[in-house]
Amino acid sequence: MSGISARGVGVRYNGRVAVAGVDCSVEGGEWVALVGPNGAGKTSLLRALAGTVAASGMVAVGGRSRREMPRRRWARLVAVVAQHPLLPAGMTVAEYVLLGRTPHLGYLAAEGANDVAAALAALERLDAGALAARHLGSLSGGERQRVVLARALAQEPEVLLLDEPTASLDVGHQQQVLDLVESLRRERGMAVVSALHDLTLAAQYADRLLFLDGGRVAADGPPATVLTPEVLGRFPGARVALLQGPGGELVVAPRRAGPAPPAA
Amino acid sequence: MTRSRALRRLSPLPVGVLLLLLLGAMAAGVLVGAVGLSPRAVLAELADRLPVISVDSGLGERSAAIVWDLRLPRVVLAALVGATLAAAGASYQGVFRNPLADPYLLGVAAGAGLGATLGIVGTGPASPLVPAAAFAGAVVAVLLTYALGSAAGGGRSGTTLVLAGVAVAAFFTAVQTFVQQRHADTVREVYSWILGRLSTVGWSEVTLLAPYAAVSLVVLLFHRRLLDVLAVGEEEAATLGVSASRVRLVVVAAATLGTAAAVAVSGLIGFVGIVVPHAVRLLVGSSYRVILPLSVLGGAAFLVLADLGARTLAAPAEVPLGVITAFVGAPFFAVVLRSSRRGWGP
Repeated sequence: MSGISARGVGVRYNGRVAVAGVDCSVEGGEWVALVGPNGAGKTSLLRALAGTVAASGMVAVGGRSRREMPRRRWARLVAVVAQHPLLPAGMTVAEYVLLGRTPHLGYLAAEGANDVAAALAALERLDAGALAARHLGSLSGGERQRVVLARALAQEPEVLLLDEPTASLDVGHQQQVLDLVESLRRERGMAVVSALHDLTLAAQYADRLLFLDGGRVAADGPPATVLTPEVLGRFPGARVALLQGPGGELVVAPRRAGPAPPAA
Repeated sequence: MTRSRALRRLSPLPVGVLLLLLLGAMAAGVLVGAVGLSPRAVLAELADRLPVISVDSGLGERSAAIVWDLRLPRVVLAALVGATLAAAGASYQGVFRNPLADPYLLGVAAGAGLGATLGIVGTGPASPLVPAAAFAGAVVAVLLTYALGSAAGGGRSGTTLVLAGVAVAAFFTAVQTFVQQRHADTVREVYSWILGRLSTVGWSEVTLLAPYAAVSLVVLLFHRRLLDVLAVGEEEAATLGVSASRVRLVVVAAATLGTAAAVAVSGLIGFVGIVVPHAVRLLVGSSYRVILPLSVLGGAAFLVLADLGARTLAAPAEVPLGVITAFVGAPFFAVVLRSSRRGWGP
């Protein structure tokens, strides 16, 4: 599988610069996490990579530029899991996952048996086969995220873009979702780009962190080289400590203002 | 595995039920009327026109004309108008992801109203130019809405388009009211046109509407899978390779063509375009693959039955069709709404 690369990518909304000249490249099978303060341009960069926002510069998958192909062919290469996907309450899980086959179908064509098989296989792969007949409105947070991932997987993409995939999940479900992404990228060699707020999780799951600040790349490299006191100082108002976990993993621990409360 | 429940496809049962309902309603519409003709004779008269079969119905020329030139074209017209309005309404609800959308959303009603008023004022209520003027008014209003909405929102947002429709409709309605004030003698004709009616003599209205209705229905039915894609939002649709604004343009164009033609021959018949798709949605689920074809059948059957009521309830006078559709439709819809546990989810 091929990775995704961006050269000089810029995004503006009504004249306000959200992303300014970002270069990055993510190999097939590699996981890069976009980190940085709110408003740093993480979501806008993901949109530029997805091709859902007008962007300057060049985005390409395996040397094939976004500009040179129709939207539908790009959608066969790049799948997106949005931060707050719209899940129509009355739609069943299977119907929703089947929508992932859209880029592989002609404009007015209907799905064939192989599309149904691919959708159900994606659902099984994410241990969500039992949910097939459920309505989207009846799912819990963790189930919703797995179903949305299954829809992206049904696209059979080479690149998976995730915007805050763990937002509003409890810690166990956060790990479950990230573990699934981890096994998928190993299994299929997909390139994964995800915006992640939680720096500890980002450091543990991603191969590389891309630290964005004010729409520019402030640091790019393995987690240990990016998560330094200087870089963390760019989070306005942040008071954090960099710790080592029991297995040597990086932990970014927030600390409250004022004296620490007495330990029980 | 519960595949059949998980992936709702058009199953034969609801199609069969609605098809039988439609055929039954059409048969009743042809058999029942102000002039008492024996059902056996009417059926024989109909069978006689089929190829090969030859039956003597025993009907005189005048009675045969009642069947052929009054009842049958009216029933067919009701079915066509009902099918077109229900399909257009379902499509608008899908393309704007708005449960309150109806075929008149983007100014069709106001445009047709102004066109018809100008036609009635200029050439008299019985003029053949009135339908043409209504059609032209409806199409111009939607074109204006689209131009305004695209200029304001870059064609990217359905909400901008809906708001543009509100502005255009208000403007057209104001002009219509002004014209009506200046010609108070035509108020009654304009009012009766706005209430909607299916009085037809001969097949001219049917032949006028049929080509537009056919094109509109075929295009809308072909887009039913894409309406499901649009249900997940414009940005998500884009990541699936579907341009929401392009689908919207095609669907709105097709729905407008059908609606404008229906309005031109029957006036403004409310309720069908909004209640039939919702009743179908509540009964069989929220996928447009199912909603759209069933709305076509349901809308046709509903309007044929409503028109039967309009003709017979106060015979020999006619009750306005719009009154019947709301009078029958509202309680029916209330029952469906109450007995259903499915919501119109965001």
